[in-house]
Amino acid sequence: MYTQGLDQRGDGKAAADRPELLARFQEKVDAEEKIEPKDWMPAEYRKTLVRQISQHAHSEIVGMLPEGNWITRAPTLKRKAILLAKVQDEAGHGLYLYSAAETLGVSRDELVEQLLTGKAKYSSIFNYPTLTWADIGAIGWLVDGAAIMNQIPLCRCSYGPYARAMVRICKEESFHQRQGYEIMLMLSRGTDAQKDMAQDALNRWWWPSLMMFGPGDADSKHTAQSMAWKIKRFTNDELRQKFVDVTVPQAEFLGLKVPDPDLRWNEETGHYEFGEIDWEEFYQVLKGNGPCNRERLEARQKAHDEGAWVREAAAAYADKQARRRAAA
Amino acid sequence: MTEATNNEQLFEYVVRIADNALVTGQRLGEWVGHGPELEEDLALANFALDYIGQARALYTYAGEIEGAGRSEDDLAFLRDSHEFRNVLLVEQPNGDFAQTIARQFLFEAYYLRLLDALASSNDERLAAIAARAVKEIRYHLRHTRQWVIRLGDGTGESQRRMQDAIDRLWQYTGEMCTADDIDSWAAESGIGPVPESLRDDWNAFVDDALSEATLARPGNEWMASGGKEGRHTEHHGYLLAEMQFLQRAYPNSTW
Repeated sequence: MYTQGLDQRGDGKAAADRPELLARFQEKVDAEEKIEPKDWMPAEYRKTLVRQISQHAHSEIVGMLPEGNWITRAPTLKRKAILLAKVQDEAGHGLYLYSAAETLGVSRDELVEQLLTGKAKYSSIFNYPTLTWADIGAIGWLVDGAAIMNQIPLCRCSYGPYARAMVRICKEESFHQRQGYEIMLMLSRGTDAQKDMAQDALNRWWWPSLMMFGPGDADSKHTAQSMAWKIKRFTNDELRQKFVDVTVPQAEFLGLKVPDPDLRWNEETGHYEFGEIDWEEFYQVLKGNGPCNRERLEARQKAHDEGAWVREAAAAYADKQARRRAAA
Repeated sequence: MTEATNNEQLFEYVVRIADNALVTGQRLGEWVGHGPELEEDLALANFALDYIGQARALYTYAGEIEGAGRSEDDLAFLRDSHEFRNVLLVEQPNGDFAQTIARQFLFEAYYLRLLDALASSNDERLAAIAARAVKEIRYHLRHTRQWVIRLGDGTGESQRRMQDAIDRLWQYTGEMCTADDIDSWAAESGIGPVPESLRDDWNAFVDDALSEATLARPGNEWMASGGKEGRHTEHHGYLLAEMQFLQRAYPNSTW
């Protein structure tokens, strides 16, 4: 554990009392230099990063559940192997991200506790169910596709450990995205039943994927400060537009219909126009009323509770070993 | 012996190894996302992936031996329970973490020795597959053995659970090192080891770990069998129903 526990309490006052520190910090950020764990940073910057990195870590861990749901039912051995590797990557991403958050002076145990008590959020997209095999394709194509849009700019985030974790994560995510698209391609070139399955998955995942970029810029409370700190590089609406522009032609290539009657290409702007997002649904899912909020958290809680005796045993054994070594 | 009979026997022999790998991989896959800690989720997924990889290589080879055009997926998804030749041990449910660890440990203590012997099989293809798998399973077994010891010599509760798991699964361990006609054919043809020749080593390895884990070797000597002949426990049908669902519900589709 670093000494940030102490720093953290001091940062707030230090920022007000020592404007020169704040100025030097902002200069560094503006010059695109990385902020490292031992550097001075404003308390709010630290808090924002802990919130964002831990939400991201929790999303990886909770995200294992909807996809893990199809590991035992994958249709071929090759698909089973790819899905296993993908979900394993997500566990790995969760590990790096918890480690990145730990450099800010908070332990993994505390963060997991915040997830289980509902104090910390995770990406709402994982509160939607995976009902058919096509959902595994749609998640890779749309959900990982949207995540990449969000995450590529994070590779240049001002906080060094987060930026470095994101470089590796983005490489793996883009592999996942291609795998998901390939599942959709196979289904859309398959039997009528498979095509229906693919269309149904697109119908259910399209809007929740657009919601992944967060509220519109006018309603996003963190955007301006995060951009000044170079934690964020593009606004929610900019990223959402980019996603739609990239994804609509991919849907057309699959011969699938994007479930938005207002979707049209605007020759003048060079962008797609799309319909109004149902923000009421977004806020309801965020509040805990999504189709699977309860199941997801219960599954995490169950794994945590049922693993308690295992973790205790491992700790007890390590203690015994240490005592034996000391006595020898 | 004609080449046709040889091929039938070799097909049977390869399929039973493949079935052990697939069923084990399927069971481990059930854990993913539900492990006792994140590091263990990673390990279990990784082990499942190794087993699925081994199953794919073995089924592909079996399909070629058979020469009837069956693919790895035909063999995995379109055979019924009585056609599966996995040993009863590997199909046993995950139970708690101790039961999974016990199953993996008892099986892998055998499987590693089998693969070691197969790596010098006079069937070159099988030898190559085994030579690759042996590295994976050596690592798994180090991991599962370590858990047997940690849980056995951990807390009172973990010791009780680990002992219970070993006791519960013990009756399924006899089948692995007991030869049937196919095993004897493989041994005579220089393709595989005499199963009984692996037993002393298995016993020594298991006893050593149990003793370090402060666990007792179960006293019962009666052993269940039938897996190699396709007579399985009730758990097997559910495992297949889940695994084979898409291929059965949407026949003749490409995925």
